[in-house]
Amino acid sequence: MPVISYREAIRHALAEELERDANVVVLGEEVAQFNGAYKVTEGLLAKFGPKRIVDTPISEAGFIGMGVGASMLGIRPVMELMFWSFYSVAFDQILNNAANVRYMSGGLINCPIVIRGPANGGTNVGATHSHTPENVLANHPGVKVVVPSTPADAKGLLKSAIRDNDPVFFLENTILYGDKGEVPEGEHIVPLGKADIKRAGTDLTIVTYGRCVLHSLAAADLLQKEHDVSVEVVDLRTIRPLDIDTVLASVAKTHRVLVVEEQKPFASVGSQLAFMIQREAFDELDAPIHRLCTVDAPAIYSPPVEAEQLPNPQRILKAALEVMA
Amino acid sequence: MTKKTSATADKKADESAKSTSPSASAAINRQLTNEARIDLFRTMMRIRRFEERSLRAYQAKKIGGFLHLYIGQEAVAVACCSLMGKDDHVITAYRDHGHAIAVGMGLNELMAELYGKATGCSKGKGGSMHYFAPDRNYWGGHGIVGGQVPLGAGLAYALKYKGLKGAAMAFMGDGAVNQGAVHEAYNLASLWQLPVVFVIENNGYSMGTSQSRSSAGELAKRAEGYNMAWGTCDGHDVYDVRAVMDKFLRLAREESKPAVVEVRTYRYRGHSVADPDNTYRAKAEIEEYRRTKDPLLVFQNMLTTEGALDEAQIEKIDQAARAEADAAAEFAEASPFPTPDDIQKDVYWEADNPSERKSQGRLFFD
Repeated sequence: MPVISYREAIRHALAEELERDANVVVLGEEVAQFNGAYKVTEGLLAKFGPKRIVDTPISEAGFIGMGVGASMLGIRPVMELMFWSFYSVAFDQILNNAANVRYMSGGLINCPIVIRGPANGGTNVGATHSHTPENVLANHPGVKVVVPSTPADAKGLLKSAIRDNDPVFFLENTILYGDKGEVPEGEHIVPLGKADIKRAGTDLTIVTYGRCVLHSLAAADLLQKEHDVSVEVVDLRTIRPLDIDTVLASVAKTHRVLVVEEQKPFASVGSQLAFMIQREAFDELDAPIHRLCTVDAPAIYSPPVEAEQLPNPQRILKAALEVMA
Repeated sequence: MTKKTSATADKKADESAKSTSPSASAAINRQLTNEARIDLFRTMMRIRRFEERSLRAYQAKKIGGFLHLYIGQEAVAVACCSLMGKDDHVITAYRDHGHAIAVGMGLNELMAELYGKATGCSKGKGGSMHYFAPDRNYWGGHGIVGGQVPLGAGLAYALKYKGLKGAAMAFMGDGAVNQGAVHEAYNLASLWQLPVVFVIENNGYSMGTSQSRSSAGELAKRAEGYNMAWGTCDGHDVYDVRAVMDKFLRLAREESKPAVVEVRTYRYRGHSVADPDNTYRAKAEIEEYRRTKDPLLVFQNMLTTEGALDEAQIEKIDQAARAEADAAAEFAEASPFPTPDDIQKDVYWEADNPSERKSQGRLFFD
């Protein structure tokens, strides 16, 4: 199997879908001539030309709203937000228009738009550029929210997202762009809403997604080696729709749960998971559900301290041992 | 009961209301048959009677939420939508009943939507501010001031992308022109030469704040900053709106150039009917508009002068419109409400088309 980066995996998905469907258009700031702020779209302009790969001005509300309007007429815009943090200036377009137009029209209108870009902390860019809005987005019925952790998932999920007839918000991670992994050759599709067990185990379930999957796997190694704890790591991959069944099956096996997420704690994705697990698997639990989040404050700039604000293997290890105690 | 607001209800046409239009001789108007002119008048009348009937239903508490009436502005939507070809598209804000009727939506489905009934155009899920008819190229019906304007640019983008020779009309009120989303849409439209006409329906007040208290400079002239063409027209005069809009729609369709058109109009009712109407304008001002500029009265006078219409026909059109609006209210009244089971339908395409669903997992949560 070829080994490619997360960045290349996304690029391949874009290229394949651009090839497959003439209505797919990539729009965003610096996606064309500049080859992408994070080089995700590198080479696509040369290959597909300026009609399909479109540089936009710095005007998120304008161009995302424009994409929503175009999608109502059958275009499939894949719109890059340089950072998902900038969703705040396009909130009305994303969460009033894209999310609601099907409902408010009584099902007459579809909005097959994809909005993608990185949503993560850990790069010392401060509070304005480090938002992880998956909980905010997923709070809106009508939308789908995807957070891939590996190159293979990123490619397969993005292809599913582009083919989806509902609006899909695809949250990547700047720190993962260079990470490499095996990606199957040929048509590789990962359905939305299907979790993946990234590591099998028997003593503790860690439910996580995005970059925290990698931290959780690292912590699971330490837990096995140093504490003889066998950890199962469930990668949600998609936040909405949510594959709660895979989570519950794991809980039924391990009876202990730690949710790990790069989210502020209040009303996070983990809050929802904890509610659902206690509601649907109460009798399976041998310990209270625990959760490890970002330390509850705006993202701090100071580089060594930001690493401690976010989930990391050591913090996960400590939280896991609390669940096992 | 509402006060009599129509021109024809006053029977005698006021002499100070104009009976000729400098734009009547424009080619786009000259080519209208008498029947087509009467149709324009009839559509305006149907809008007015629908709005008056919906106001009564609102006062009788049959309708929830807000009700933003189009009374006084009828000529704008009717004139603009009368110019639509098969690849022309319309999007507007929350004062959307007039456009809906002008594109040909039926009064029954519109009234039923106000009543929150399952037979409404949006199955009772959208309400007054959210009418849609994609089969008639009508894309809403949007609740947030200015938020629909980028979508209008997007409709134009799609037309251009597909190589279709159509145009999008993106309507907004004068209160929308200071929203950032509108300016972002202007910039994109000009930058990418999108076939869109931004139509500002300037009724003088953004809710309760007059234009002079909310907007600097001339509204349409802001187009110059974006290197766009612009124009103004008299929104009380169907012929003038048609003549000016025709010019800019052609520019959009034939040369793929955007424009901004400011249509000067007036609304007789409050921003929403629940709002007090006496804090920011004088009653005399409303009465003066009604007496001298009412778009139905003005057009009726023109058609009478032209010999296209007589008193008996006007009466007949009026009665038919009243009867149609009453019948729509009866239809709405008799229609069923959606059920609690309907709440979670029409949220996701995939949930509504389960046999074609590709995703897994839960879409809805308890």
